[in-house]
Amino acid sequence: MGLDTRTIIDSSAFSLGKALLEKETSSREICQAFLEQVDKVDGDVGAFISIDPEKILQAADASDARRSAGELLSPLDGLPVAIKDLIAIEGEPLTCASQILKDFKSPYTGKVGSELLSAGLIPFGRLNMDEFAMGSSTENSSFKLTRNPWNLEHAPGGSSGGSAASVAARECPWSLGSDTGGSIRQPASFCGVVGLKPTYGRVSRFGLVAFASSLDQIGPVGRCIDDVAVLLDVISGHDPYDSTSWPNQLDAASLSLKVPVEPGTLGLPKEYFGEGIDPEIRKNMEEVIENYRSLGFEIKEISLPHTELAVPTYYIIATAEASSNLSRYDGVRYTHRSDKAKDAVDLFYQSRGEGFGQEVKRRVILGSYVLSSGFYDAYYKRAQQVRTLIRDDFLKAFKEVDAILTPTTPTPAFRIGEKTDDPLSMYLADIFTISVNLAGLPGLAMPSGIATSGLPMGFQLIGQPFEEGRLLQIGQAYEGAHPFTATPELIQ
Amino acid sequence: MPEYEAVIGLEVHVQLKTESKMFTDAPTGFGEPPNSLTNAVVMGLPGTLPVLNKGAIEQAIRFGLVFGSEIPEMFQWDRKNYFYPDSPKNYQLTQLDAPCCMGGEVEIELAGPSRNQMGEHLVIHLDHAHLEEDVGKLTHFTKDSLVDYNRAGTPLLEIVTKPDLHSADQAVALLQSIRMHLTAAGVSDCDMEKGQMRCDANVSVRPKGQKSLNPRTEMKNLNSITGVKNAITYEIKRQTKVYEKGGRVTQETRRWDADAGRTSSMRSKEEAHDYRYFPDPDLLPVHFPRDRIEELAADLPERVFDRQRRYQDTIGLPYTVTSVICYDHELARYFEEGMAEYDANPKALANYVANELQRERSQAEGDGYLPMSQVKLDATALARMVKLIDEGKLTKQLAREVFIDMFATGNEAQAVMDEKGIKVEVQDAGELEQWCREAVAANEVAAQQVRDGNDKAVNSFIGPVMRASKGKANPQQVREVLLKVIHG
Amino acid sequence: MLLMQERPEVDIDKLAMLSRIQLTEEEKAAFSGQLSDILGFFQKLQEVDVEGIAPMAHPFDAEAPLREDEAAEPWAPERALSNAPASRENQVIVPKVVEDA
Ligand SMILES: [Mg+2]
Ligand SMILES: [Zn+2]
Repeated sequence: MGLDTRTIIDSSAFSLGKALLEKETSSREICQAFLEQVDKVDGDVGAFISIDPEKILQAADASDARRSAGELLSPLDGLPVAIKDLIAIEGEPLTCASQILKDFKSPYTGKVGSELLSAGLIPFGRLNMDEFAMGSSTENSSFKLTRNPWNLEHAPGGSSGGSAASVAARECPWSLGSDTGGSIRQPASFCGVVGLKPTYGRVSRFGLVAFASSLDQIGPVGRCIDDVAVLLDVISGHDPYDSTSWPNQLDAASLSLKVPVEPGTLGLPKEYFGEGIDPEIRKNMEEVIENYRSLGFEIKEISLPHTELAVPTYYIIATAEASSNLSRYDGVRYTHRSDKAKDAVDLFYQSRGEGFGQEVKRRVILGSYVLSSGFYDAYYKRAQQVRTLIRDDFLKAFKEVDAILTPTTPTPAFRIGEKTDDPLSMYLADIFTISVNLAGLPGLAMPSGIATSGLPMGFQLIGQPFEEGRLLQIGQAYEGAHPFTATPELIQ
Repeated sequence: MPEYEAVIGLEVHVQLKTESKMFTDAPTGFGEPPNSLTNAVVMGLPGTLPVLNKGAIEQAIRFGLVFGSEIPEMFQWDRKNYFYPDSPKNYQLTQLDAPCCMGGEVEIELAGPSRNQMGEHLVIHLDHAHLEEDVGKLTHFTKDSLVDYNRAGTPLLEIVTKPDLHSADQAVALLQSIRMHLTAAGVSDCDMEKGQMRCDANVSVRPKGQKSLNPRTEMKNLNSITGVKNAITYEIKRQTKVYEKGGRVTQETRRWDADAGRTSSMRSKEEAHDYRYFPDPDLLPVHFPRDRIEELAADLPERVFDRQRRYQDTIGLPYTVTSVICYDHELARYFEEGMAEYDANPKALANYVANELQRERSQAEGDGYLPMSQVKLDATALARMVKLIDEGKLTKQLAREVFIDMFATGNEAQAVMDEKGIKVEVQDAGELEQWCREAVAANEVAAQQVRDGNDKAVNSFIGPVMRASKGKANPQQVREVLLKVIHG
Repeated sequence: MLLMQERPEVDIDKLAMLSRIQLTEEEKAAFSGQLSDILGFFQKLQEVDVEGIAPMAHPFDAEAPLREDEAAEPWAPERALSNAPASRENQVIVPKVVEDA
């Protein structure tokens, strides 16, 4: 066989799949190449919480045997995919980067996990994240720091920091993350990779450890649009085990990419271009807009008037749902159990006190507050009403435009430790991504430049519900004309 | 001193009869080995989600239809947040704002002056009934406790009455009526010993005539009929005494101690119970199809007391018989099956069901009754036996023996008769007339009474004729011939 | 009205109790201040006119699907308890439950 490590780790998943089909390489060779890269750089990057090379190579061998026998499970059979440590696959850890689940091995496989396995994809390690996906920097992991491959002093973003950093550092061809308020798009942007948050209901949440049920979606991270589209097609689809899964899904995103792109109209929400945006990001956005114009797209200013309400609305809904979702981690059935407990009730207090980190405690308590008697109407219910207003803003805008173009983040990746003391300023880092979750829309983050600091910058495209195909087409039009070719020094 | 009256409302939890759990496809069951009826969802593992059981919703709707509740257009599910080791998610999925059943009425019957007489009937109003999930089971030991999650997730219907009840007896009658109706409709087995029916009681006492309600106490998990009766009786007495001494009753939860026969304060911190309800984001609202509700309605059995009134008024069955047949849905169904086979003599059929059948079932089982599922004798076979009697092919006297055999073997009456060599011969007219003449001749006084218009006096001849025939004559035929002979 | 305060005070002990989380004194002090800041920031929502606006349950007017009442094979007890911190006779051990209603 015949591809060297460098070629393999520099290839997109899509082209690795092709090489496999043409028998230019083997699954073992591919997995070995990425395992070598993990060995080489993950000491610095820290993207993985755990990885089991032996198990991976066994799975690779099984895939290669299927290939020889002509029994491939899918054209992607044998490709490794790294997974954020909150997606359940039987026999794999499922720590959510929390001490409370540090020893947990999942006894079941969720929907996304079983879609991966039945396509022959190989689970390739468990990726670091903010504990229970609560955070925007991956600094809330209880296990380790993940560093931005472009500059190790900087955060990779979060909560899917491991998902973005591992792809940027060529430790895996692609990965899965989850996005509740920007947790795929913001780290993708910080790490110069492509990340997609699908429409709510497009990808099953069965097997996704819940942070905020009405906002969470699993999504793909990759180095190009093609990869993200292919991985989306693997994981999406209706699931009878998720009652919020959308039943009528016809669109195969990767097929949309095979037809020539029709330029359309892009909306620029004026509320997303106000104060607080880093000047370099602003300048980069102007270039992106210009580039789209020259590709034949019409650019139109629009308004999403309830935008400034998005962050408080989001934090009320997300913390309320989280406070209830995280009640099951109690020291009884499967979590860390405190040995200090005097009785069963004390077991709850002590196990949770020991098992949860600061941000999780803060959000659970905040969520308990907004749901508590006398406050429900003023907080949770009101937030759900405002959410309706926010969604309606978007639906109105989509009568005039095909997609909405915004910055993904107000600044490039911030320094590690820069925001840890001020939760509120951390919450504001998600200001451009949060509305998309509230409205349930698909959002695509793409890299579009390098700041003078050497850190990547990017933009976000927001699409219409279940129109991921069209959204990715628009992204691909840009990628085709202005490919993002920069690579972190770390991997050169 | 004023007279006091009790005001009682019940919250009754019944386990719905379903194959699978409320929010996942793990099986339901009782008495299985610990933690053998679970799956990822039951255990509340990270990443699991609920999916609604249509069968459980239909059972709840059946409940509503039986008791005339309104079935709202939309049902919604809420999370009730509280921590307990038997609760896998530490929240219970329940219906706070949009339950399956609104309102409704339960007809109850109080004990009559004697067992043979119907008691007073009352209508108790329901507030609503909502669906929720059961928790697991804790077993306590001296040093620790063990948790079995087999029961967790079993569909529960919580039935909430209006404060319409005024005595422990009424409360018990309500539970009995709910049980009769739900077992008949196949909604729940309501077996309190298996925890399939559990009761919380809210009790307050006020001077008669006072409109407003006094503070109430809540007694949780009264797990037997006697428990309900004794706890409420005790609590009414206790509160009445408090008022008589000029004291005040505090609104609180009290524990019923069945061994000591008293309730005691649980002194729980009230602020500890802030359930932080909110709509479950994992389960969207449901608009249950109205045409399916109509189908369910069309399929329900007749209400217990409606059936009883029908049997009394149109068939003329006595209370002693209807109270046996109608209050047990299996006997009622048995009787109806028999009627479908042969409906010319409902009284005789009903008597066999209420008396003979019950006697044999009782004898077959040391404690209680042989379950109907194990009764070999078919209702239609019993009906055919009644028909043979009416046709004069079997006498009542012989039928007694035939019935016992049929009950034991499940054989047809005719087969039993053939086997035993029983053949009721329609007597040749000469022989029968001869016996009748001899009997009349032996008792001229009675014969004269008959001639004078006292038809009943004919009965005194029937015995001797039957004896002469060695029991094989048909009494009906004997009667006819006797009248002919006497009247000449 | 409490909700209109710019920086609502929180009863951190009550919240810790509702959340069943043991907090250190330092955590209590830090969280109280931070929560008040965050709640102050939430006050923005109180100014919005939400009269007649339906709360959003799902972005796209979906309904919960209904599953037929059919039982699947349950898990073996060993699988159900595979992560249990303490078990005996296929049941989860918990420290003594002290009744609190
Ligand atoms: Mg209750
Ligand atoms: Zn209940």
